[in-house]
Amino acid sequence: MADPERTQSKTAIWNDPTFRSIAFQVIAAVLIVGSIWYLFDNTMTNMERRGITTGFGFLGETSGFGILMSLIEYDETHTYGRTFLVGLLNTLLVSFLGIIAATILGFILGVARLSHNWLIAKIATVYVEVLRNLPLLLQIFFWYIAVLQTLPHPRQSFNFADSFFLNARGFYVPGPVPESGFGIVMLLFFAAIVATVFLARWAHKRQDQTGQQFPVFWSGVGLIIVVPLVVFYLLGAPMSFDYPALRGFNFQGGITIIPELIALWLALTMYTAAFIGEIVRAGIQGVSHGQTEAAHALGLRHGPTLRLVIIPQAMRIIIPPLTSQYLNLAKNSSLATAIGYPDLVGVFMGTTLNQTGQAVEIVAMTMAVYLTMSLSISAFMNWFNKRMALVER
Amino acid sequence: MKQTITVLGAVAAAMIATSASAGTLEDVQKRGSLSCGVSTGLPGFSLQDEKGNWTGLDVDTCRAVAAAVLGDANKVRFVPLTAKERFTALQSGEIDMLSRNTTWTHTRDTSLGLNFAGVNYYDGQGFLVQKALGVKSALELDGASVCIQAGTTTELNLADYFREHGMKYSAVVFDTSDQTREGFEAARCDILTSDQSQLYAIRSKLGNPDSAMVLPEVISKEPLGPVVRQGDDAWFNIVKWTLMAQINAEEMGVTSANADQMAAGTNPGVKRLLGTEGDAGAKLGLSADWALNAVKQVGNYAEMFDRNVGPNTPLAISRGLNAQWNKGGILYAPPVR
Ligand SMILES: N[C@@H](CCC(=O)N[C@@H](CS)C(=O)NCC(=O)O)C(=O)O
Repeated sequence: MADPERTQSKTAIWNDPTFRSIAFQVIAAVLIVGSIWYLFDNTMTNMERRGITTGFGFLGETSGFGILMSLIEYDETHTYGRTFLVGLLNTLLVSFLGIIAATILGFILGVARLSHNWLIAKIATVYVEVLRNLPLLLQIFFWYIAVLQTLPHPRQSFNFADSFFLNARGFYVPGPVPESGFGIVMLLFFAAIVATVFLARWAHKRQDQTGQQFPVFWSGVGLIIVVPLVVFYLLGAPMSFDYPALRGFNFQGGITIIPELIALWLALTMYTAAFIGEIVRAGIQGVSHGQTEAAHALGLRHGPTLRLVIIPQAMRIIIPPLTSQYLNLAKNSSLATAIGYPDLVGVFMGTTLNQTGQAVEIVAMTMAVYLTMSLSISAFMNWFNKRMALVER
Repeated sequence: MKQTITVLGAVAAAMIATSASAGTLEDVQKRGSLSCGVSTGLPGFSLQDEKGNWTGLDVDTCRAVAAAVLGDANKVRFVPLTAKERFTALQSGEIDMLSRNTTWTHTRDTSLGLNFAGVNYYDGQGFLVQKALGVKSALELDGASVCIQAGTTTELNLADYFREHGMKYSAVVFDTSDQTREGFEAARCDILTSDQSQLYAIRSKLGNPDSAMVLPEVISKEPLGPVVRQGDDAWFNIVKWTLMAQINAEEMGVTSANADQMAAGTNPGVKRLLGTEGDAGAKLGLSADWALNAVKQVGNYAEMFDRNVGPNTPLAISRGLNAQWNKGGILYAPPVR
């Protein structure tokens, strides 16, 4: 009787499928990395020879130019490395805001398209057909030039209750200024979130074991919103507001939301929502009607049917294409340069590249950022998809 | 997008080419035309009319080189570039020379692999403000919003100036000169800043030019001139000396009208310049009538200046710094000898 181990070891190692597949992958990886390195090295050498400065030393040099909007402290005395961060954060901000808003609007549109109300369904259809067929760049220009640039001069701003102002330079809102004691409220708030998560787990387990339900949603609302709010007032509302006011040329104080951000955010949201709407509609329609009937036959009411039967199955259809919409949105945010929103492409691949002339390094860094961003969104959505998929079986 | 493509072009070119840059002269001669980078539209410097004809001081600088090299001032292909695109376009070899109101600075000269071949206009940065604001001096601009064009020296000078005077500003940055102007008109900003020569041009394009005024302050030195790739000295010399020939021609009284006559005349300096004596052309690898062609077809510096930006044009700029050294200006061309 031949020992299976021995039979295997008799085959020559290069005929072993496992060895072969590993070996080929290693060779391929070495070749790819090698050629990339070769191209990079060659490029650098050529550029040096032509008198073009290379290397990443510029990241430590003073930038010397101002940026319209920054989430971190920045002025012209900071470095080019900092301009990279400023641009990156601005890109992340608009992508994040866009993804949230487009998802909400997209789900509303998707459901509206399936509405039995003729008018609602038609409005949603027209929206989807128009918005997804107009080039995004055009929509960005529309919001920026046709809508926002027609707003009045700061001295004739629209004034809402002397605290909110709208003009051609942006939307000015009061900025919250936390005072002593506010930390406690924030602490309670985060503690409540953690507590709610544990509560939900416990309730789930108990329901599995005993069949008894627990009103997790409402107790969560109580914990997260009501408790901190009550404490906030008990402490004497430790929060004041910094109101914007016209001083000199512009409004100062409070928070300024620049028109470039508004235009880009609106355009990205409305454009992507049209696609998400279609994905949601397809997802819901993809769950056969028999599922609804079966759920009803089991005695589930309309709400739980939707929540426990239809949506979990629809999500499995929705998530993969939804992921690519998120990726598109993040990448489309680079159209920001067209209207001067200071995103990564504008600030870093634009001004910084131009002032330093270090094209290869800067383009490489920018590409790496978009790649990382896209891969992270993908990874997150894959993880989410797996969770959703498990729910059903 | 176009910017990205240009950048990628430059990167790709740098990766592949090992011995490109040498031989621009041969390339131009073989192609039979000069490829010259200009602005996307700036009255007086480089502007395309409805019929597709280019005019301007920077445009004429390109034409003079084409006349010197190819004997025909019309053999130029103009490539419009934004401020952000211009250097990569030159580095990647998309254009043979850049003549796009580009300021000669230390960084640009030393780290971009480029060389400045001279100065065809001495400029300085200024401010355009809405008259309604009642501002009389740039020192009253604390807290203002400023419209500027991306990728310019303007962006840097502005930051320096406000920092030096302890003032705050917010910079609204656009890609093209038209967008910058529209932002200014839509009250996105209080002031627009750029090279002063360009402010008058921009002002003339406003819906109501009288609503805005140029402030007296000039906050920087902006020597504008043609640029070529580093490492091709023969080509560098040609571009440099064509401009010098035009400046010398003005100084010696040679114009497009009298050039032939002067070439046949008796002044040895003029004869050397116009190729009827000596071998100035051959030393550049060009024919003897290189400068004659440039002056005859495009004119001397004064003709070029008057035609495009001078007192009888909408820009109505006086010679100022751009007058000859012996007429109160700083234009001073080395001698042809
Ligand atoms: N001389 C400066 C500024 C040049 C510049 O780009 N100026 C703008 C004036 S707003 C321009 O020419 N725009 C025309 C265009 O975008 O084509 C530099 O070299 O950086």
